[in-house]
Amino acid sequence: MAEHEITLTVNGTDHELTVESRELLVHALREELGYTGLNVGCESTMCGACTVHLDGDAVKSCTVLAAQADGQEVTTVEGLAEGGEFHPIQEGFQEEHGLQCGYCTPGMMMTATQLLEENPDPNDEEIRDALEGNLCRCTGYQNIVNAVENAAEKMGASTQGDD
Amino acid sequence: MTEMSVESVDPDDVDAADILGSAIERREDPALLTGDAEYTDDIQLPQMTHMAVKRSQHAHATIEGIDTSAAEAMDDVVAVYTAEDIDVPGNLPTGWLLDTLNQVDHPILADDRVRYQGDAIAVVIAEERYAAHDAVDAIDVDCERLEAVTSPREALDTAPDLHDDAPGNTAFEWEIGDAEKTSAAFESASHTASIDLENQLIIPNAMEPRAAVADYNPSTEELEVAMTTQNPHLHRLLMSGVIDHPEHKLQIRAPDVGGGFGSKIHHYADEALAAWTAKQVERPVKWVATRTETYLTDAQGRGHETHGEIAMDDDGTIVGLKVETEANLGAYLSTFAPAVPTYLYGTLLSGQYDIPAIHCEVTGAFTNVPPVDAYRGAGRPEASYVVERLIHLAAKKMEMDPAEFRRQNFVPDDAFPYETQVAVAYDSGEYEKTLDRALEMLDYEDFRERQREAREEGRYLGVGFSAYIEACGLAPSELAGQLGAQAGLWESSLVRFQPSGTVTAYCGTSGHGQGHDTTYAQIVANELGIDYEDVDVVEGDTDEIPQGMGTYGSRSAAVGGSALVKSSQKVVEKARSIAAHQLEASEADIDFENGEFHVTGAPDRSMHITEVAEQAYLAHNMPDETEPGLEATSFYDPDNFVFPFGMHAAIVEIDPDTGEIEFERYVAVDDVGNQINPKIVEGQIHGGVAQGIGQALYEAAEYDENGQLLTGSMQDYAVPKAEHIPEMETDSTVTPSPHNPLGVKGVGEAGTIAAPQAVVNAVVDALEPFGVDHIDMPLKDEKVWRAIHENGGEN
Repeated sequence: MAEHEITLTVNGTDHELTVESRELLVHALREELGYTGLNVGCESTMCGACTVHLDGDAVKSCTVLAAQADGQEVTTVEGLAEGGEFHPIQEGFQEEHGLQCGYCTPGMMMTATQLLEENPDPNDEEIRDALEGNLCRCTGYQNIVNAVENAAEKMGASTQGDD
Repeated sequence: MTEMSVESVDPDDVDAADILGSAIERREDPALLTGDAEYTDDIQLPQMTHMAVKRSQHAHATIEGIDTSAAEAMDDVVAVYTAEDIDVPGNLPTGWLLDTLNQVDHPILADDRVRYQGDAIAVVIAEERYAAHDAVDAIDVDCERLEAVTSPREALDTAPDLHDDAPGNTAFEWEIGDAEKTSAAFESASHTASIDLENQLIIPNAMEPRAAVADYNPSTEELEVAMTTQNPHLHRLLMSGVIDHPEHKLQIRAPDVGGGFGSKIHHYADEALAAWTAKQVERPVKWVATRTETYLTDAQGRGHETHGEIAMDDDGTIVGLKVETEANLGAYLSTFAPAVPTYLYGTLLSGQYDIPAIHCEVTGAFTNVPPVDAYRGAGRPEASYVVERLIHLAAKKMEMDPAEFRRQNFVPDDAFPYETQVAVAYDSGEYEKTLDRALEMLDYEDFRERQREAREEGRYLGVGFSAYIEACGLAPSELAGQLGAQAGLWESSLVRFQPSGTVTAYCGTSGHGQGHDTTYAQIVANELGIDYEDVDVVEGDTDEIPQGMGTYGSRSAAVGGSALVKSSQKVVEKARSIAAHQLEASEADIDFENGEFHVTGAPDRSMHITEVAEQAYLAHNMPDETEPGLEATSFYDPDNFVFPFGMHAAIVEIDPDTGEIEFERYVAVDDVGNQINPKIVEGQIHGGVAQGIGQALYEAAEYDENGQLLTGSMQDYAVPKAEHIPEMETDSTVTPSPHNPLGVKGVGEAGTIAAPQAVVNAVVDALEPFGVDHIDMPLKDEKVWRAIHENGGEN
């Protein structure tokens, strides 16, 4: 099977690696590079546990080939906190009990942060719509919706503070 | 956010004396929020190999031959094994026996016959994950297909036998209650109502697939298995027998576990194969189920076909209830399978009601679906569903309001402890409280008015009630043994002070999302009177925790929490004797409050428990014959189950043109006894309700006539999404359990037990003008539309 030399920038760090043509981005990130924060739940784009940002867009890394991501910037859950400070979405999930087993949570937060970039003040329905590709079996979603609202409030407040 | 929503608080803002009962944020969250968590598939070991499993494509077939030569010849393949290579017992046992049970063999690799699609036939060990799966595809299995059956009723009536040891596919015949008395009650009754229903097979769908990493050290003969488990010690005991490895040389460890809902209780073939192959190849072996494999092999839940009848006298008082159920057990007996449709089902058929005569018969059937076992609620949702559907129909028959019909028949507050006709004694309950609170939240009178007005406009609103009861913490062990359990159902803990005054608390339960690290630390900090931050909790490792029975059946707080209280109290008593000695007072004169021992009437003469801990390890000045150190182990065996209860209610609107169901309200009032952490309680209710709504509206394991799973992916099996679950309005009442030192009951399964019949009753209530009495779950739009139109459409 053909192999490819690729470069991935993950959470700001450049990595060079060799991957098989068929190797999925999620496996390259988890098994070659050790970013195990993203999880594999279905290998079929349905559950969203493997969601990362690829050049700024939330994508499911189980349906992207590692070779397709060559030269791109990847942000994983490990890249959310900065300088030891939680990202507002992490604070929101903690404060609102937006997670139980935590398996879906990294992907859920990566989708939610993209939503908040595009829509800083989403309502309940918009949040639920945005999360339609991320499944959670533990929480019943209500506290996840609350967590995203909580983060939106924090991010709104900090934006206003910067003005 | 609803007005009833619980606000969480930072533990730093809570006084030590108030820590028990505070809605503090969870301490397990930072690791889970940052990627620092370690799930089984995150583990990488040097020289690690990967295992993949060749599975049957047919639901029922004989194996005529297996050709592994092409797989063995592939690059990166280390070994391939079939049934003939298995040199250990390799038979998965069941942990619950019934008098009439027909036990059948359940080999970890099928030898001459496969009995469900997904049954394991061979395993490949390869250098790398993709190579293992490639090699599995290269194994050629020559099969002769046999007739398959997936319905328990058909399996018992007409299908060919799956097992020589189970004639007629009968796994067991079981009954509870008094048949004669119940017949007499029905003969003298003024009114009856009946129902035929199916409680469909559900696939648990924990977000983390099952997985195991096994590592064997040939020099020490120590075998370490990290795996997705809800009960490491139980898995150690079972696996020790299955692969013939001594229990003291087998370590089972639960890393972070991504949900279970029952599916990670049971002992499956795959984890045993990972452990056994690690010994064969003398290298670490990792196995991770694909999502397809979880659909094909995770033990499923429910699977009942039931006929139920209820009898009333003239004024609407219930006089009898009878139930006949055929329960689907799948192809083999899973770990606790025989208990689920019997003692966890028949014993709950009195619901919240004072019913003077009950009889229930259950026949367990082998079929060509995966083994069926405990799934969140396990038997109790099936019971609650039958009872509450019958209650709905009974109220209608009596032309009584369903809420008032329930009220009239509730077990009265002064009747507790209440002995049911089905062998259990309810500990405590105040059922009208949760009903009244739910009616208030619903604004019930107003709703009925709105419902009448809406019907005049051709809009169909309905309200459905679910007065549920559940039984948590199956106990005591002696009773469990009499009923057939092959294990005790106590829990074990160890509470250990370090010399500097910090504490490690070990418990034999094994959380997988429930937040035990937080709630157990709240319990222990409260008992010892020390800071919450000074208590560390350890679960899920047989090498660290002395013994344990695990987390399932909503037992952790009531049984594990109580075991921690018991060990903590032993620690306090030892510390009291050391404090008395050093304070030169009699033990009887030493008071203990908020971590401080002091001489009665002389508050200045005192020692903090952390000072006592230091003294206990220095051991320079101990009472005679007192050993150094400050720790205690205990086994807590409860006196009885605990019986949480509550009232859930749904308001829905149905579009008669499409059959579409829309939620207007979902109200849940639960009484789970004292609450250790109300935010975690609320989260458990939310998640449970979502799974119950999933069963009511969306989920079902469906098979074709050949036993092929039609809902074998997340594309085809509707795990609810965020948009499918309504906002839940929750509140609670508190009726402590008198049986345990915490007064707690249990909450893990409550929502799943309560929700299905709240939703179905609401839909049926909405469709009353169309004469619809029942629709089997899941209530998909098309089924609802057909029910409307088969009854002649709009009236």
